[in-house]
Amino acid sequence: MLQERVPDLSRSVTSLVEPDRVRREVYTDPDIFELEMQRIHERVWIYCGHLTQIPKAGDYYTVQVGRQPMIMVRKSDGGVAVLHNRCPHRGNMICGDLKGNTGEFFRCSYHAWTFHHDGKLKNIPMMESGYQGTRFGKGNPDCNVKPAARVEVYRGFVFASLAKDGPSLKEFLGPAIVAFDDMCDRAPEGEVEIVPNCFRVIQRSNWKIFMENQLDALHPSVTHQSTGRAAHEVEKQIAKKTRKGEAPLSYHMLSAFATVTIDKWDGFQTINYPHGHSILTGYMGLRPQDPDTLAYDKIMIKKYGKKRFEEIIGVNIHHVLVYPGLSVQSPLQQLRAVRPLGVDRTLTEIWHFRLKGAPEAIYRRSLAYYNLVNSPATLINADDLENFWKCHQGLASEGGDWVSFHRHYGRDLEKNGVVESAPNMGTSEAPMRNQMKAWVQYLQD
Amino acid sequence: MPKNDLQHDVEQFLYYQAELLDTKQWQAWIDLFADDGIYWMPPDASYKTWEGQPAIFAEDKNLMNVRRGRVLHPDAWSQRPLWGTNHLVSNVSIQKEHKNGDVEVRSRFHMMELRRDDVRHFAGSYLHKLKKSKAGYRIQLQRVDMTNAQAAYDYVLQVWV
Ligand code: FES
Ligand SMILES: [Fe+2]
Repeated sequence: MLQERVPDLSRSVTSLVEPDRVRREVYTDPDIFELEMQRIHERVWIYCGHLTQIPKAGDYYTVQVGRQPMIMVRKSDGGVAVLHNRCPHRGNMICGDLKGNTGEFFRCSYHAWTFHHDGKLKNIPMMESGYQGTRFGKGNPDCNVKPAARVEVYRGFVFASLAKDGPSLKEFLGPAIVAFDDMCDRAPEGEVEIVPNCFRVIQRSNWKIFMENQLDALHPSVTHQSTGRAAHEVEKQIAKKTRKGEAPLSYHMLSAFATVTIDKWDGFQTINYPHGHSILTGYMGLRPQDPDTLAYDKIMIKKYGKKRFEEIIGVNIHHVLVYPGLSVQSPLQQLRAVRPLGVDRTLTEIWHFRLKGAPEAIYRRSLAYYNLVNSPATLINADDLENFWKCHQGLASEGGDWVSFHRHYGRDLEKNGVVESAPNMGTSEAPMRNQMKAWVQYLQD
Repeated sequence: MPKNDLQHDVEQFLYYQAELLDTKQWQAWIDLFADDGIYWMPPDASYKTWEGQPAIFAEDKNLMNVRRGRVLHPDAWSQRPLWGTNHLVSNVSIQKEHKNGDVEVRSRFHMMELRRDDVRHFAGSYLHKLKKSKAGYRIQLQRVDMTNAQAAYDYVLQVWV
């Protein structure tokens, strides 16, 4: 289909993307999916996991980088390695489990080749007699498990890139690095730790549909109205004492989906950076004056001083999007990582982090949000996923050729490559336009 | 009360609980719970308590009512298409019987779910802590351990299992 129309995909991506609209094939064509895996996901920095997932030497987690099954492992020297999950002998996967501890070395289950944590060959059974005179054996790098070309860690967050060259992790993240700074700075100890286990949910839609939804400020009051209203009802009943109990802050976060009506979302703002990253500013009432918050504030002030504390707590972020595969809600310590499974299937791994040194109640509060919004029984994402599936179905049809990103087009404010939605135009489709701009650049490289 | 009557009563209660879910009588289902009753689905069978750890569901009656209100709202988009469930409950084994009539009972379930033209199957075990009251049993705790608790969910769960 597309092959005939567009013989060389990489040269013709410009015909698929215009500044204010995108061809539907971008989401549905398997060849384009292949190309974007090669040129985007298997080149840029992809989030693998957090160091606290693998505290001890030999601890590992398997992770998908682009389409590649990889292993993130803690080395004996305390460092971290990211390896292809493939034995150099006959190709067997090295780790068949999602996670575990491999001990002092990896041992392939097929013919017992063993490897150090960094992937280097340790031993082959009867190596001397078996490989004498061949070009295989110790010292030949082809006998090692292939590592990711580059691995970098920022404040405990582990990233891998399968490309030898390219920007450093910090250069790649640019201002989107605030996702990790904001999360860690909110911890009295300046660090976060992983909360096991993550939730994993499959979306029956292209990965870009998810990324475009994350900072879509127009959708919440429409898509999530049912939950917002239901939570608001129960909240009101509790306030009127016609229902027992107390309404926790998490109900308020849910009811905000209905009480913050569609017109109010324009009051938020998006800031859109090179490489497709974006930030949504706004505050979901996360700074109440209850005893738990005040206790937390006290610990923070003691640790950082009043001035620095105000700076930390005043960071005005609702959501950070790290293109192409990460959506971070730093004030609530939630992180969603995208693992594309196919052109129309996407796995999301959703993690929660604990602020080290913060009172238990603060952890419980963001945990409630994690459970209600991000669990496989989510009261919120269920309707997003329904939309994603419907979007993908519509785009796979011939009912139209283009996806529209015209909202507030031409009215954004641009300065030095950074695009901000104009005042009271927070629902601008600037983040989507920004992502597609990066997409075209990546695919043409 | 002879033992076999107790077994029968408990089984009938568990069947009724499942029947209310399958017939979408959400309010009647919530009413089965004690005022401080909890519905809990852990993401890991090793979890001992419903509080302080990630949970697929961890709901008191108020939260159950949020979920009920959402599911019944005319704009709950994902609730619009044809969908339904069918539970089979079996292997009912009474673990503990208290003097006051409260019981702790384990059982296994299989649930088939239809959504649009797609069928999914879920299976797992129930742990029910039941409080004896004048009106019959009330659920203090319904713990649901899904066999696929740790696996990726293809789409999500929207109502209680
Ligand atoms: S395939 Fe791994 S040792 Fe043979
Ligand atoms: Fe949403």
